[in-house]
Amino acid sequence: MQRYSIVSLVREALRGHVGWRPAWRQAEPKPEYDYVVVGGGGHGLATAYYLASRYGKARIAVVEKGLIGSGNVGRNTTIVRSNYLLPGNIPFYELSMKLWEGLEADLNYNAMVSQRGVLNLYHSDAQRDAYIRRGNAMLMHGVDATLLDADAVRRKLPFLDIDNARFPIKGGLLQRRGGTVRHDAVAWGYARAADQRGVDIIERCEVTGIRREAGRVTGIETARGFIAARNVGLACAGNSSRVAALADLRLPIESYALQAFVSEALKPFIDCVVTFGAGHFYISQSDKGGLVFGGDLDTYNSYAQRGNLPVIEDVAECGMALMPRLGRVRLLRHWGGIMDMTMDGSPIIDRTPVEGLWLNAGWCYGGFKATPASGLVFAHLMATAAPHEAARAYRLDRFATGHAIDEKGMGPHPQLH
Amino acid sequence: MSQARTSVARPSSSLQPFRLAEGGIVDRSRVLLYSFDGAPLQGHLGDTLASALLASGVRLTGRSFKYHRPRGILSAGSEEPSALVELRRGDRREANTRATVAELYDGLVAQSQNRWPSLRYDAMAINQVFAPLFVAGFYYKTFMWPAALWERLYEPAIRRAAGLGRAAGGPDPDHYEKLTAFADVLVIGGGASGLAAALAAARAGERVILCDEQAHPGGRAIDDGRMVGGRPALDGVLETLAELSSDPRVRILPRTTVFGVYDGRTYGAVERVADHVAVPPADVPRQRLWRIIAKRAVLAAGATERGIIFADNDRPGVMLAGAVRSYIHRYGVLPGRRAVVFTNNDDGMTTARALATAGGHVVAVVDARSVSAASAATAPAPPPEGEHLLGAVVVRALGGTEVSGALVRLASGEERTIACDLIAVSGGWSPNLHLSTHLGGKPAWDDAIAAFRPGEALPPGMTAVGRAAGVFAAADRPYAITPMWQVPPAAAKGWRKPKAFVDLQHDVTDEDIQLAAREGFDHAEHLKRYTTLGMATDQGRTSALPGIAVLSAHTGRSLPETGLTTARPPYTPVSIGALAGTARGAHFRPVRRPPTYAWARQCGASFVETGLWLRAAYFPEPGDRDWYTAARREVEAVRTAVGISDVSTLGKIDVRGRDAAAFLDRIYCNTMSSLAIGRVRYGVMLREDGIVLDDGTAARFSDGHFVVTTTTANAARVMQHLEVCHQTLWPALDVTLASVTDHWAQIAIAGPRARDLLARVVDRPFDIANTAFLYMAAAEVGVCGGTPARLFRVSFSGELGFELAVPARFGQALMERLLVVGADLGVRPYGAEALGILRIEKGHVAGAELNGTTTAADLGLGGLMSRKKEYIGRLLAERPGLVAADRQVLVGLRPADRSARIRSGAHLVARNAKADAASDIGYVTSAAQSPTLGHAIALALMARGRERHGEIVRAVSPLTGEDVEVEVTSPVFYDPEGARLRG
Amino acid sequence: MRIPCPHCGERSLEEFTYLGPANPARAVPEAGRSALPAAGLDEAVTSTYLRDNLPGWVTGIWYHALGCRSVLLVERHATTHEIAGARLARARGVAPVARTGIGDA
Repeated sequence: MQRYSIVSLVREALRGHVGWRPAWRQAEPKPEYDYVVVGGGGHGLATAYYLASRYGKARIAVVEKGLIGSGNVGRNTTIVRSNYLLPGNIPFYELSMKLWEGLEADLNYNAMVSQRGVLNLYHSDAQRDAYIRRGNAMLMHGVDATLLDADAVRRKLPFLDIDNARFPIKGGLLQRRGGTVRHDAVAWGYARAADQRGVDIIERCEVTGIRREAGRVTGIETARGFIAARNVGLACAGNSSRVAALADLRLPIESYALQAFVSEALKPFIDCVVTFGAGHFYISQSDKGGLVFGGDLDTYNSYAQRGNLPVIEDVAECGMALMPRLGRVRLLRHWGGIMDMTMDGSPIIDRTPVEGLWLNAGWCYGGFKATPASGLVFAHLMATAAPHEAARAYRLDRFATGHAIDEKGMGPHPQLH
Repeated sequence: MSQARTSVARPSSSLQPFRLAEGGIVDRSRVLLYSFDGAPLQGHLGDTLASALLASGVRLTGRSFKYHRPRGILSAGSEEPSALVELRRGDRREANTRATVAELYDGLVAQSQNRWPSLRYDAMAINQVFAPLFVAGFYYKTFMWPAALWERLYEPAIRRAAGLGRAAGGPDPDHYEKLTAFADVLVIGGGASGLAAALAAARAGERVILCDEQAHPGGRAIDDGRMVGGRPALDGVLETLAELSSDPRVRILPRTTVFGVYDGRTYGAVERVADHVAVPPADVPRQRLWRIIAKRAVLAAGATERGIIFADNDRPGVMLAGAVRSYIHRYGVLPGRRAVVFTNNDDGMTTARALATAGGHVVAVVDARSVSAASAATAPAPPPEGEHLLGAVVVRALGGTEVSGALVRLASGEERTIACDLIAVSGGWSPNLHLSTHLGGKPAWDDAIAAFRPGEALPPGMTAVGRAAGVFAAADRPYAITPMWQVPPAAAKGWRKPKAFVDLQHDVTDEDIQLAAREGFDHAEHLKRYTTLGMATDQGRTSALPGIAVLSAHTGRSLPETGLTTARPPYTPVSIGALAGTARGAHFRPVRRPPTYAWARQCGASFVETGLWLRAAYFPEPGDRDWYTAARREVEAVRTAVGISDVSTLGKIDVRGRDAAAFLDRIYCNTMSSLAIGRVRYGVMLREDGIVLDDGTAARFSDGHFVVTTTTANAARVMQHLEVCHQTLWPALDVTLASVTDHWAQIAIAGPRARDLLARVVDRPFDIANTAFLYMAAAEVGVCGGTPARLFRVSFSGELGFELAVPARFGQALMERLLVVGADLGVRPYGAEALGILRIEKGHVAGAELNGTTTAADLGLGGLMSRKKEYIGRLLAERPGLVAADRQVLVGLRPADRSARIRSGAHLVARNAKADAASDIGYVTSAAQSPTLGHAIALALMARGRERHGEIVRAVSPLTGEDVEVEVTSPVFYDPEGARLRG
Repeated sequence: MRIPCPHCGERSLEEFTYLGPANPARAVPEAGRSALPAAGLDEAVTSTYLRDNLPGWVTGIWYHALGCRSVLLVERHATTHEIAGARLARARGVAPVARTGIGDA
């Protein structure tokens, strides 16, 4: 096992870096595994890693239809936070936050977890009250939260248009422990760490069928042949409905495209993540200098990893309202990812009616920050057949029983969450 | 193919030693003064910053991102990865501006970026010493210990080094605008192919929009100084433009880049209207966003030349061969006096000839092709002077901050140093196919041009032509490329080995790519993410394909198999200001003004944003200590005399038709069909999932006419809900719906003297006596002598109350009249703050309680849910989670110590419980200081709240440091029997 | 994206609000029926919350909010966003594909 450190880096530098080995093996599928995770994104790779490292399981494979990390783990705006409102969500996202805090040591991979703070701005008394409710819920769950007034916001981020002529900024709710993570590196770090623990990562291996006998899963058909497995975990958000349909399941999910944006690299001036309260807009600045920002979903169901001008223009408008100096900053790239939008805006981590088939889906646009906890609790579920205590609320049947976890209160309208 | 006459290099001015005496489309009679890094320089109208710098002999223009290596001008167009400057100053500063597209204007100020203390002596160049450590992905492998140092030390150091230019200092002083345009044919690119396409379409009578990214259309016809039929191609370009300009169906947009293709044959383009002047005239936008909807599009975006990878190929003075021709023919600038041309195709010869004709000395044409490959081509004219070295390669660019020579390896293997000040490199041309892939099309590999060209699946309506389609081989100028991506590096390893760059801006070298491949990042997409190859401001225009070629050579997989990464819009970077257009500052979102807005403004009212509405919040008077002083006065007026308030923002929907009552029965959870004509009823509508959607009133004016009100926030949503339900569920019901929110000004008149006041405006003989016009009555009346009005006897405040609606245009007059005629009654206007206090005192729910997670029963409105009919939401409202006994329900709170305050957003815990999640039993939704009761009151949602009336709990708000004992009460604090509103 | 409204002609995306797929039968029982059989709840849950959500051609419900306020059924490809056509949800002869799947009372 090749450890990464300044020592190994210097050693390799002295000999032209010829000694580095692949971060993960190109594994060939074996005929049978104990655990197969479908989806080589952050969640799937994390699941495999924790199955091996925390739950001591072996004979694990991750199958990925394209390349690992080619889905939403590499298409998001890299934000991590646990500033949730509802009791069903806070413990889970806080678990994730704690795992982020220990990620580098855990994986021996620097994913640049940067706790630079996440600041949600408010522009009205009603928004302030809602953030007070949220901040109190966070504190009561042991999550950090700080309420800033307009002056404190001005001191922290003097370039914001605090006195905006339309929606002046009245203050904000700050989670100091929130921040950003180098998104691609999360996939690579988990892949490398999982690989080192014997997990087979099988790329270009699309699942074409889920074989069942007497209500139990027996394996998966893939582009590279049948793979037998008694436990199959689906972690393919964005495509959950398609893959679940292979097992004749219909999910409370509709797919939408969410766009993300990056500007040309600029000398850093935005320290923390900022979200606008008078429109859908959030922004941070990467360690390379690019402004990374995003906004609302494109408003129609989609499987195209791209969006359209109305949202692009809306995002630019919000950006200008928040920081009028952005006018001359140039948008470098915009792209889209496909979101599993659930009917209450919260994810699903649960067993399915098919025994041995486990579901990790419905991440809406909160999937990236959830990556470590999602992997951990899904590994827990698959390894123990019981839900992890931090994810008890994420049941598939919660819509039937009326226990939706609806942070925004939008009801069964996935595009509004 | 021959070339336009270009005269011998002879300085037109001692300040522009590299300016040719003739040629190009610059206006030598117009001298423009500008500065670069503080040095005063001059150029001509028609120059770019890059051409002017080259004319002045300035080669060093910037420092690279990671290693701070000296960098110069590589290209002559929008593909420039290297010559990036900060253009303009202060609030107009534009970081990372490509000098090759920045048009020169008088007084232009530019600065180099990413260097300290100066461009020539950059201390950060020390990074080059550590270059062996700073390989691709090095940061993933280190900075991990100790973890606490990441945020404190490592990352700040990285961020200090990050970025290139600085963002503007303050708000952008210029303005932007947007246009939507329709065309039969959109032509993207105004080179020879694009002009021909535009002309053909125009002559066929079609509406044409022609976009060209440069100031002067003509493309390479100008850059190459082509002769067509014995005349300069420029003449033909001008004639074509003249014909197109005279056609009213044709719109020519120079300085306009089509940056993206979107669904519905929609194209995004940005016109740089005034970037070529110091400051846009006041009535001219800086840039304009075009949304072009075109039935067909012709992609005539040309091609981009790429270099060949060799050691120190980033040194200023190494330039793309085609760009050398552009500088000569378009700008009249000779980029170097002693040139080495390094090529793997015939196009290099064209550059050699252009240099020679312009008076440059071509020392050698280093032709990577073998003797047979080169001679097999259709007789490229040998360079007029210098040597033609076949099978030779440039191994390394020599020099310091500028090229001083080329180390050349001959076919024999012998290495030779050739002194020169310019190395013109032609590694072949790549079609600008980006727009062809924006909707998911995949490029196709073409061996003949050693490049990808647009594939089969183009965006609907798009055709690619000319070089953009990969069509290079004009009859008179074969291309004859033998791919050579990279000169095999010398054997040296380790610290002293020179670097060969693939991506100049991100400092990605051949070795970075090989390292990435070694570590398993051997697919184009993985490679891009791991090394950042092609992610710089040029989006890999010149580097993507060479990078893929290096990878392909390493892995042994073919180029087409290796594939390109997906090109993302925009084609070239687009100002965020242009995308935002006019929607900024006060115009960020439209303002909705209630009918009495102007009046309230005159009264000095303070306003509050409610969605898009600007509502009067309170009406201050001299001597008021704060907003509460005013709000309390207004509350007291309502409670003791009479108050008037503009409540027009409430949604109002006219529901008419034979089945209007039946329709509303299905919409509301309570029954509306039993409502008598002339009566109003409070109603609650549920979402299909059984949660409350909205509340409001329905008034019945006739058998088939109801007027429904909604909350301000949900007006549009309820209207949509009603329309959708009607049109999809019950289209056969005879119902029509009309939103009349904006048509009626609605004034609330509330207080014990409300009837007295109302009597002074309602026309006789209508009788508003308590016995004649009952609580919850509605009528169409006349006011103020014949103005039609709708009168409702409803109360949100808990006092005797009316709402009087008049056509919106009379709203202000009515308000003024009421104040005048009611002066002796003590009438006062009241705003949203007082309204909020009044409704909390009365226990009415509003947005904070109708928060999308509450059921009617939670809000104490369960009794409204009819058991005798069907309505939307009924079924799902019965799910166990929605009827659970421990649901949080509406309660009232008052502080045990009456002097204490209650914080909205505080959570509730039992009296002796810890303020933690396990003890959390609810939260405060709305709170106020009640002027009427003299203490704080609040509404809250609380688990088993109805069983807890009388109990003392704590409202805790650790966020704001508050912890208050409160008594749980009924949510109705004021007049629970409702005697006052019936009085 | 451009949607051909039968009343207004082809209009841009901004004018429309997408409301979900037309295929699932959703949750409102027929008016006038007062009994609530247990199966009714299951059916309502299924029709309100579950989706096919597959790539390919879908019929979506769109509301022309900033136009004629018609509710349209739009045939669109979920991956290419190609639009095959749009018709009025309430037009005669069109099966009540509506959000709730119940017929007219």
